[in-house]
Amino acid sequence: MRNAIPVLTVLVVLVGLWWAAVAPMNIRPALDLAERGGAVIVPEGSVQRREVSVWTLMLKNSSHVSAGYDLKRPRLPTPAQVGQEIWKTTGAMVLKGRTWSKRSLIYHSWITLQSTLWGFLLGTSLGILGAVAITYSRVTSMSLMPWAIISQTIPIVALAPMIIVVANQVGVEGRGVPKAIISAYLCYFPVLVSMVKGLNSPKPAELDLLKTYNASGTQSFWKLRLPASLPYFFTSLKVGVAAALVGTIVGELPTGAISGLGARILIGDQFGTPLAIWSALFLAAILAGLLVTFVDTMQRVTLRKMGFRA
Amino acid sequence: MTNNTIVSAKDLSLTFQTNDGPVHALSDVNLDIEKGDFVSFIGPSGCGKTTFLRVMADLEQPTGGEITVNGVSPREARLARAYGYVFQAAGLYPWRTIGGNIRLPLEIMGYSKADQAERVSRVLELVDLAGFEKKYPWQLSGGMQQRASIARALAFDADILLMDEPFGALDEIVRDHLNEQLLKLWADTGKTIGFVTHSIPEAVYLSTKIVVMSPRPGRVTDVIESPLPKERPLDIRDTPEFLEIAHRVREGLRAGHSYD
Ligand SMILES: Nc1ncnc2c1ncn2[C@@H]1O[C@H](COP(=O)(O)OP(=O)(O)OP(=O)(O)O)[C@@H](O)[C@H]1O
Ligand SMILES: [Mg+2]
Repeated sequence: MRNAIPVLTVLVVLVGLWWAAVAPMNIRPALDLAERGGAVIVPEGSVQRREVSVWTLMLKNSSHVSAGYDLKRPRLPTPAQVGQEIWKTTGAMVLKGRTWSKRSLIYHSWITLQSTLWGFLLGTSLGILGAVAITYSRVTSMSLMPWAIISQTIPIVALAPMIIVVANQVGVEGRGVPKAIISAYLCYFPVLVSMVKGLNSPKPAELDLLKTYNASGTQSFWKLRLPASLPYFFTSLKVGVAAALVGTIVGELPTGAISGLGARILIGDQFGTPLAIWSALFLAAILAGLLVTFVDTMQRVTLRKMGFRA
Repeated sequence: MTNNTIVSAKDLSLTFQTNDGPVHALSDVNLDIEKGDFVSFIGPSGCGKTTFLRVMADLEQPTGGEITVNGVSPREARLARAYGYVFQAAGLYPWRTIGGNIRLPLEIMGYSKADQAERVSRVLELVDLAGFEKKYPWQLSGGMQQRASIARALAFDADILLMDEPFGALDEIVRDHLNEQLLKLWADTGKTIGFVTHSIPEAVYLSTKIVVMSPRPGRVTDVIESPLPKERPLDIRDTPEFLEIAHRVREGLRAGHSYD
């Protein structure tokens, strides 16, 4: 409960700022609409108003500011509008029994979540395997690490369409597999870096101890390096799962995708419906929050069970 | 060198190459340790006590001279699991219980489950930690952790026990108690023990042989064979023989110490 108060305070401040920003963001379309409805606006005409700052417009036409909070196609929707839109596309859909319809964001979130989890699984496995290879072989350490770093300097937005095209060329149907690959591509790197650090975290004295027992490499891996790396591993999972979600959404952006939160964002952009973009963005954020919270809980339970001081 | 010689060092030297130039941690060390000896290493900080123990255990490679352990190289002795080593810091694994930590060498060396359990409870008893088997290291005081690390080195059958200031962090009472128990254990098992300490009474009370060392370069300045009997009650420390040896150790330490 004590943790909730600062979090809630920040939330209230953010929503307040957002709400205040609606007025200047929406004043121009609000004035255009009012003018078309016959109201007298200073200065007259949309083109003339472009020369005037939003603050002046708000001062001179103060009676029309409130109209900006009730636009059908706002530049910046109000928190309440976004809330209503999210409810319309999630809770209301469930009530109407249309949870899995194409207009339900629950359906699109589920599509995104699936790819995210596959990508997360794939990326995490690759990250762990890479880290083990790097830790146990100088050759892979020198050959693999530079490529891992280079791979992260390529903008994923540029790479994503290529991965989709190549996947289609080799006969993979649908978007699921290429999306998971893009997601894994973003997710493996933090896991790799943290696991290399974690597997090398045992102190020299701890390694010396095993040496006096004449322990084999496999034994020192399972009994020392791996357990010692777990705190690092979980920390990297939190970054990794968020990266996997971003990867999936990017994989849904290139034209052609029709389902998934990324596709909703793109469609909202093409059809000029900011409300659709905003509600999809919020669902993505909620999804990310849930995933990170889940990993965090797993971390706490596992580490406590293992006897690490919580 | 006799048939019973466990460790034999001849002109042993070890120089560390550091950024500030070479450090002569050991210089021309000659030392024989017989089977069943209790050898204490005493000397000021930095005189190479830890380094010599580490060379014996094949954790450090000498740069000159020769050393054999059980008649073979330290490496071969290590591969034959000839040592139990107690490090200066307890070094328990935080994700293992006290029992789990003691079981670690037993698991690695492939002892049976039943044997493991029996040994764990026996050595816990030995170091007065019975009942702490299921506790985690952070739930124990520093002294208790150190005792657990001693138990870990006693759990398997190594002939040679190397201990680097194992009781350095303990209070006087516990220390006396553990000294007594260590002597008893040594008498019962016939292990050969190498023991580093900064305490003159402790060295004299425990040892059959006291190696006095001095720094820069690290070398052996005196080797004192103790005439004390094997049976040693705590109050032997008030006898004239005891005080005489303690005096000789102190003289040796003073002679090796250059006040330049
Ligand atoms: N790995 C290393 N690299 C460089 N120098 C080292 C290394 N280990 C030890 N030394 C140096 O070798 C010398 C002997 O060190 P050692 O640890 O053996 O001393 P010690 O007698 O055990 O001291 P203390 O009583 O403080 O534990 C010191 O001068 C130390 O700085
Ligand atoms: Mg030392």
